[in-house]
Amino acid sequence: MNKRTYEVIFIVDPVAADEEVMRLSEGVQKIITGQGGNIVKTEMMGKRQLAYEINHKKDGTYVLLEVEGSGGEIAELERRMRVNDQILRYMTVRVDEARRRAEKLKARRARKAAKQPANSKGKQSAADFGAEEESAG
Amino acid sequence: MSTNYDDRDLGFDRGFEREYDRTMPRGPRRMQRRKICRFCIEKVDLIDWKDVKLLQSYIPERGKILPRRISGVCAAHQRMLAEAIKRARNIALLPYAAD
Repeated sequence: MNKRTYEVIFIVDPVAADEEVMRLSEGVQKIITGQGGNIVKTEMMGKRQLAYEINHKKDGTYVLLEVEGSGGEIAELERRMRVNDQILRYMTVRVDEARRRAEKLKARRARKAAKQPANSKGKQSAADFGAEEESAG
Repeated sequence: MSTNYDDRDLGFDRGFEREYDRTMPRGPRRMQRRKICRFCIEKVDLIDWKDVKLLQSYIPERGKILPRRISGVCAAHQRMLAEAIKRARNIALLPYAAD
């Protein structure tokens, strides 16, 4: 089956110390690799103020992961995160499809630019405008 | 309704936002020059939901998504933008409602 790419972000309780956050994210990575997934990147986004209160907390530590896999490991991961009290919130976004679509748009624009190179700048950007409107419609 | 947004400083299209099209003050509504989509000009194919700074310029004080009749964003990019804003809200990067 085709590999899927996901972005997983979760917010850890602000009272948790740095080491605890590290441990937590290592645990997450272990779950994923244990299920046959692949970690593409890990990013500690640090402590941030929340835009609204979650469980009466005003800030939290954000951790972002990029995961490659079949989707099964995401289900397992979400199950674990749901029961973890230290994780205030989590979200998984599938990104491979959107990225592929972006690539396609880019390629189409390149093709279009190659087709009519002798155009004035203003006209060219007008053509781009049309292309984007069409493709997503 | 639209008066809510009229005085807003959008930053990016300030300058030509208030520039009127040629002539014709026909009726109470002034003719405005057509706004152009900032994302099309910059050739953005993907709007990242983690880009809080960018998204913030499309949510007025109240926290609502800025309609495209105000910002001039094209339909395709407005869809991407709306999705990104909703994702950012879910993970508390942006407010659902601010007051």
